[in-house]
Amino acid sequence: MDNMIYIIKRIGMAFLTLLMISFVVFFIIQLPPGDFVDSMVTDMVAQGETVTEQDIANLKAMYRMDRPFLVQYFDWLKGILTGNWGISFYYNQGVLVKIKETLGATLMVSFLTLGVTYIVAIPIAIYSAKNQYSLGDYLFTFLGFVGMAVPNFLLAILLMYLSFKWTGRPIMGLFIDGGITDWASLLEFLKRLIIPITVISLNEACGLIRRIRAQMLDEQEKPYVLCIRAKGTSERTITFKYQMRAILNPIVSGLGGMIAGVFNGSTITAIVLMLPTQGPILLKALQTQDVYLSGGILLISATLVVIGTLISDLLLAALDPRIKLLEEIK
Amino acid sequence: MSLGHMKRSIRKTNPDKERARQEKYYTASQWSLMWRKLIKHRLALISFIILAILYTGAIFAGFLAPYGLGDFSGSYSNAPPSKIRFVHEGEFIGPFVYPYEIAYDEFWTKVFVENTETPYPIRFFVKGSPYKILGLIESNVHLFGVDNSNLQPGKDDVRVMLFGADQLGRDLFSRILIGSQVSLTVPLLGTAISFVLAVIIGGISGYYGGIVDTVIQRIIEVLSSFPTLPLWMALSAAIPPGISVTQVFIAITIIMSLLSWPRLARTVRSRFLSLREEDFVLAARLAGVSDFKIIIKHLVPGFMSYLIVNLTLGIPNMILGETAMSFLGLGMRAPATSWGVLLQETQSVSNIANHPWKLIPVLFVGISVLAFNFLGDGLRDAADPYK
Repeated sequence: MDNMIYIIKRIGMAFLTLLMISFVVFFIIQLPPGDFVDSMVTDMVAQGETVTEQDIANLKAMYRMDRPFLVQYFDWLKGILTGNWGISFYYNQGVLVKIKETLGATLMVSFLTLGVTYIVAIPIAIYSAKNQYSLGDYLFTFLGFVGMAVPNFLLAILLMYLSFKWTGRPIMGLFIDGGITDWASLLEFLKRLIIPITVISLNEACGLIRRIRAQMLDEQEKPYVLCIRAKGTSERTITFKYQMRAILNPIVSGLGGMIAGVFNGSTITAIVLMLPTQGPILLKALQTQDVYLSGGILLISATLVVIGTLISDLLLAALDPRIKLLEEIK
Repeated sequence: MSLGHMKRSIRKTNPDKERARQEKYYTASQWSLMWRKLIKHRLALISFIILAILYTGAIFAGFLAPYGLGDFSGSYSNAPPSKIRFVHEGEFIGPFVYPYEIAYDEFWTKVFVENTETPYPIRFFVKGSPYKILGLIESNVHLFGVDNSNLQPGKDDVRVMLFGADQLGRDLFSRILIGSQVSLTVPLLGTAISFVLAVIIGGISGYYGGIVDTVIQRIIEVLSSFPTLPLWMALSAAIPPGISVTQVFIAITIIMSLLSWPRLARTVRSRFLSLREEDFVLAARLAGVSDFKIIIKHLVPGFMSYLIVNLTLGIPNMILGETAMSFLGLGMRAPATSWGVLLQETQSVSNIANHPWKLIPVLFVGISVLAFNFLGDGLRDAADPYK
């Protein structure tokens, strides 16, 4: 019962955050001076058509751009809640249709990246902490700094260049024409995943390794470790049974931030590598002032981060009862 | 200080002097203690020196760069880095370059071949395109450049291009220096703005508490729920076209800081909350010190060092952010340049394959990001009183 109240409270807070996010998103997409009709009119004039004031007013009424900001916002919000996300002016399609086209690929790349990041980062961090100042520790620290310092879009270009040099053609895109039908096409598809996942996970993995390593090193000094070591417990048991519990905290609490980071990385990497995810579409939408499309994509990515944070908060409370208690006291 | 070391130093020096030295250590201010620790941190010190060099380079970019922002040369389009030579026909004649001639290889690809007939000497303090240092000192003297006095009439100027040229035949070395003025100042100014915002907003939140605190915490949570890059892109796309370079610069700086203050404000608030409960604050309050004075004299110095560490560690993100924005064409625009703008030409694989020197700006981005990271780490160790 107690737990249910906590969960419901958390979900309610997440909804409140989402509501505020939707307002910020709408505010931002309305920021640019002029709107889609203005750029359409400029195009029409450039093509030699005569456009009267009345035409512009009609167009604005047709696209519902002549009303006050708040009215437009609530209209938009109502549409979002009822599944009508507006029309993408540039693609001349429903925003939801356009987003659905890329959402699958976006989610797949994001979750694969998250998985790879955790699978790679946790063992490396534990190894580095357990063998502090060893050759391996220095090597991973050095790699971590390189991964941090090189902008990931450039890493993507460099890897693409190397793949071009080795295989004779640049590996771009994600899906093969004709879809995955046999083993050969599956292999090709997996090959194309290597570069984006390496690039996007590298940045996140570097940060995660540093955090877990620091936490693990802190644990090494704690009296309880000394105590169980003195009792003759094997180092393996100390690491995996006792210290693992302590490092679960930074792993779980970083989930929301990690999802945000993966979106950051995948947006720009996808633009460079021309992946069929939301990055390139967002850029195009922003460039053409396709406000409902860019707003929809921004909203989706922020929502996923909020969900990630929610999950990590709930997991954290389940793993570490002290956290829930602290909040109740507050 | 180890005991052995202390004994040795006492033996060597006059005891009075030693006592004075130790007294100086114990009465030194927090800042001078931090500084002493910092200069012992070798990596942080090296980073500090590298950053000092980079920033000096940015200030004197006009003088150090042989060419100006707009200097282009059609005959140097995509030219590789110039080879600086010293020996012409077996004779040492000081630094010089040979002019490039364009030829085509068997695949009809343009290649640059040096014409070794006449050397064009590199001279120091040559006159070139005009520039201003810090917007104050006007000059047209450049540190070095090619002496074109014995050029045949009707031919293009011979140029020295240490890092090669871009598509329009502009010197990459000069443009990296001039671009660093943007790439290195946006993060600093952006950090300064977010510092002010964080201290004010975080301070209010932590000091007043209650409903103000709740509202501010909600806003912070909303702002940090966005993945930064898509939001940066959306905000940058809102910068209207046709405004001046300075306005674009200011807009980008504000956008960068807008998304980094929430994290800092949260730090300020939590430090405020924990310090407020300390005994020394209670003592000050009992002694009748005013709230304002408690904040300024007792609370702020308590987390200043902590905040500076956080600020330094936040700079690399801004460098990478500005580079990414400009790379996508949403940041600085021509005629201005920054490291990200320079990297725009590397968007196609064939460009990198044929003109690898265009990746040189990445080195500068990487070095400055690493230097700020190491400096921040060093500052953190120096500011930590428990080490």
